[in-house]
Amino acid sequence: MNILVCISNVPDTTSKINFKNNDSEFDSNGVQYIINPNDEFGLTRAIWFQEKNNAEVTVLTVGDQTCEPILRKCLAIGANKAIRIDAVPKDGFFVASQISEICKINKYDLIICGRESIDYNGAMVGGILSNMINCPYVANCIGLSIDNKKATLEREIDGGKEVLSCELPVIIGSQKGLVEETDLIIPNMRGIMQARQKTLEVLPANSIKNLTDTNKFFKPQPKKEVKLVDSEDVNELINLLQNEAKVL
Amino acid sequence: MSVIVYIESEENKIKKASLEAVSYAKKISESLKKDLIAVSLNLTDFSILKNYGVDKLYNISDDKLKVFEVNIYSNNLSNLFNELEPEIIVITSSANSRYLGPILASKIDAAYMSNVASLPISYSPFSVKRSCFTNKAFNETSTKKSTVVLSLSSNSYGLHENKSNLILEEIKGIDSNSALKIDSLEKLTNKVTIADADIVVSGGRGLKGPENWHLIEDLAKVLGAATACSKPVSDMGWRPHSEHVGQTGKPVASNLYIAVGISGAIQHLAGVNSSKVKVVINNDPEAPFFRSADYGIVGDAFEVLPKLIEGLKAIK
Ligand SMILES: Cc1cc2nc3c(=O)[nH]c(=O)nc-3n(C[C@H](O)[C@H](O)[C@H](O)COP(=O)(O)OP(=O)(O)OC[C@H]3O[C@@H](n4cnc5c(N)ncnc54)[C@H](O)[C@@H]3O)c2cc1C
Repeated sequence: MNILVCISNVPDTTSKINFKNNDSEFDSNGVQYIINPNDEFGLTRAIWFQEKNNAEVTVLTVGDQTCEPILRKCLAIGANKAIRIDAVPKDGFFVASQISEICKINKYDLIICGRESIDYNGAMVGGILSNMINCPYVANCIGLSIDNKKATLEREIDGGKEVLSCELPVIIGSQKGLVEETDLIIPNMRGIMQARQKTLEVLPANSIKNLTDTNKFFKPQPKKEVKLVDSEDVNELINLLQNEAKVL
Repeated sequence: MSVIVYIESEENKIKKASLEAVSYAKKISESLKKDLIAVSLNLTDFSILKNYGVDKLYNISDDKLKVFEVNIYSNNLSNLFNELEPEIIVITSSANSRYLGPILASKIDAAYMSNVASLPISYSPFSVKRSCFTNKAFNETSTKKSTVVLSLSSNSYGLHENKSNLILEEIKGIDSNSALKIDSLEKLTNKVTIADADIVVSGGRGLKGPENWHLIEDLAKVLGAATACSKPVSDMGWRPHSEHVGQTGKPVASNLYIAVGISGAIQHLAGVNSSKVKVVINNDPEAPFFRSADYGIVGDAFEVLPKLIEGLKAIK
């Protein structure tokens, strides 16, 4: 079984978000980058299939050289090899187009994308890729088992879940629930050493253009100070919610 | 050329988020001096759409469209859209819409924009404001494509009534198949979902254990609210994963979010910040949540909640 896990290089969840060059670019100064959490849940599930079913796990990112540390981290976690498509990702369509080229050359049984990245939150790469390579896609995937060539998948829906099945190959949008937080793998020394020997292939990007441009960033308006209500006087809170905020 | 809004419904009931999408699309259609076209699937009661300005409704009826299945839905919709040649298609940001949107956009060769938080800033090139960095910032996104699918963030525009004379056109579904088979669907029918709720009551580690959750549930009950929790609470198995909200959980964009015993870590706030009004109940006056809440009570949840529940019962 061949698995492709698409990885996004994102600012750590605690990062202060700042912009530069007249608010036209994200300011990465002092920002720590991590594997997008939703992708990491997917990678963890892929490594599970590697251990149980001898699956070969390839991780892929579309990004410039600054993304290589997280690819090395994926290799240290256990991925067999890594691919970096050398381009600055402009939008989800662009990223999906780049991944689709790789999927046409190599045959994957399972393609994992995170539900969404925590920087641009597009939640679109998996779906667009699905249409480009004509392969079914299951978003918000919280369960996946594979028996022979058949996949059984769980999709989280508003207020419940749905169980689906299909023949491989399939694309999933991974998120927490696919594996538990405690299943996440912290690379050990041996993994880190081995990662240095593993292949990290750098491929040129194809010429497909992005469909959207991000022109300018804004920060939210500063918040008003919180209105505190005495804990002995909860009726005052009810009054405020009813008559001032008008939400009751 | 036209402006289209996709109406999401479940068991013949139109989702409130869809009425917001209609309100938003109506405003755009007025700016462009175009009729507002809506598209629904298997709907029989559409009278409410007249109150929100839909000029023409295409209702596609087909047994195969009874339950949401992304490929069959997107095939039917793209087939109609290819005929109507819309410039702008508005959808909600429900889990199903966010699943459908990119696939649909790709099928009709349109640009796709999620998390849309404003009316268009300009029409040539087409650009809107979108939230990014999980609500920690916004950006302006533009496209030169002639067709764009917009997923509108819930509660970002609101409901705006607007009377219209609706013309209905019933059409049949197309023959379409999917490689995905739905084996089963589990849905709590008696509970308000986080996605649809006007009010969400959320509990954190400060509640000490699952045995105390009756307080959260009772408060939710008097308010007709959905229940939610912080990540560690679901990690420890006190509550199901489906209640986990925040950056790595479900997003919340309700009118009122009440956080009890939640410290307000940045990853939690990121996911709930787009709620209109936030109330925090925490015994630690230094808890970071107080800095992003609108109202707060510094106090012990076990004392405050029973009083709050009683007080609310009295006014309901
Ligand atoms: C990559 C990553 C992603 C994450 N994603 C999320 C996410 O999506 N959602 C999320 O919630 N977290 C997320 N977290 C975790 C987050 O950092 C916090 O650890 C978590 O939100 C804390 O949960 P809490 O507020 O319930 O618990 P705590 O931080 O332990 O806070 C408990 C609070 O309860 C108060 N309290 C205690 N006793 C009482 C009482 N009797 N009455 C009233 N108040 C009381 C305390 O003062 C305290 O403020 C993520 C972390 C990481 C690293």
